[in-house]
Amino acid sequence: MARAFHWLVPHPLLTVILTFVWMLLQNELSAGMVVFGLILGIIIPWGTSIWWPDTPRGFRPAKMIGYSLVVIWDIIIANIQVAWIVLTVPTAKLKPAWIVVPLKLREPEAITMLAGTITLTPGTVSADLSDEGHSLLVHVLHTDDPDGVRDDIETRYEARLLEIFT
Amino acid sequence: MTLVIIGTYIVSLSLIIGSGFILVGVIGLLKFNDPMTRLHAPTKVGTVGIGMLLLASIIHSFDIGKPSTHELLIMAFLFVTAPISANFIAKVNIHRRACETPPSPPKDGTWSTLDVPEEDVAT
Repeated sequence: MARAFHWLVPHPLLTVILTFVWMLLQNELSAGMVVFGLILGIIIPWGTSIWWPDTPRGFRPAKMIGYSLVVIWDIIIANIQVAWIVLTVPTAKLKPAWIVVPLKLREPEAITMLAGTITLTPGTVSADLSDEGHSLLVHVLHTDDPDGVRDDIETRYEARLLEIFT
Repeated sequence: MTLVIIGTYIVSLSLIIGSGFILVGVIGLLKFNDPMTRLHAPTKVGTVGIGMLLLASIIHSFDIGKPSTHELLIMAFLFVTAPISANFIAKVNIHRRACETPPSPPKDGTWSTLDVPEEDVAT
């Protein structure tokens, strides 16, 4: 039974998300739409499962909500900071810097999420990954303390992602 | 009636804040002169800028009595795809040596973008 379920629904969370996206797209809440969304939610992961055979082990959706709220808050605050930097700091006085973040995360999904978070929070862009995937290259727009930014990323985002992907 | 008026005010306020942020993004794009710093302003300020415009759109749709939540999807897709395009622009900058060469990573050999055969290095 469990195996049949796994064969039919290789990524249960993706099925739920796809159903939800379909209903948002249709902009209506009716039984027919839910059923059609579920059909899509089963067919799409099933049809594309050969391209991503590894399901991330131990993903905790509950912690994900807290993480999203932290990230959204940071995006708003940091947007105002970047707007301030853009408007007030003259180009000659700008102090851009490369920082290297050593990664404790190993799963590709988790690293992608960390890189995406870093890019979305203003002032930092994740630029590159080292060839073996042990560090992340981040470009900072304006900072006096590059090590502080690195520690901030490690404690604020990476520690939370380590808890989400265990 | 009053609720509709309050809604209209919130919509206008969101539109002003959103366009303000987008304006700042454009100013940043014009003002900075290094490719990597220029990347920052539009990708960042754009998220809140467009987010506020979409929020205005949602509130307006409820205001006129035709609720729509498509905008949430636009926001979600934008937040998923924006970092990827920014990452690609950054990679191109590193590959073309258009920016300062980054410090080498502590543990591994080199950055994956710099890990190319000698004849492919852009000059």
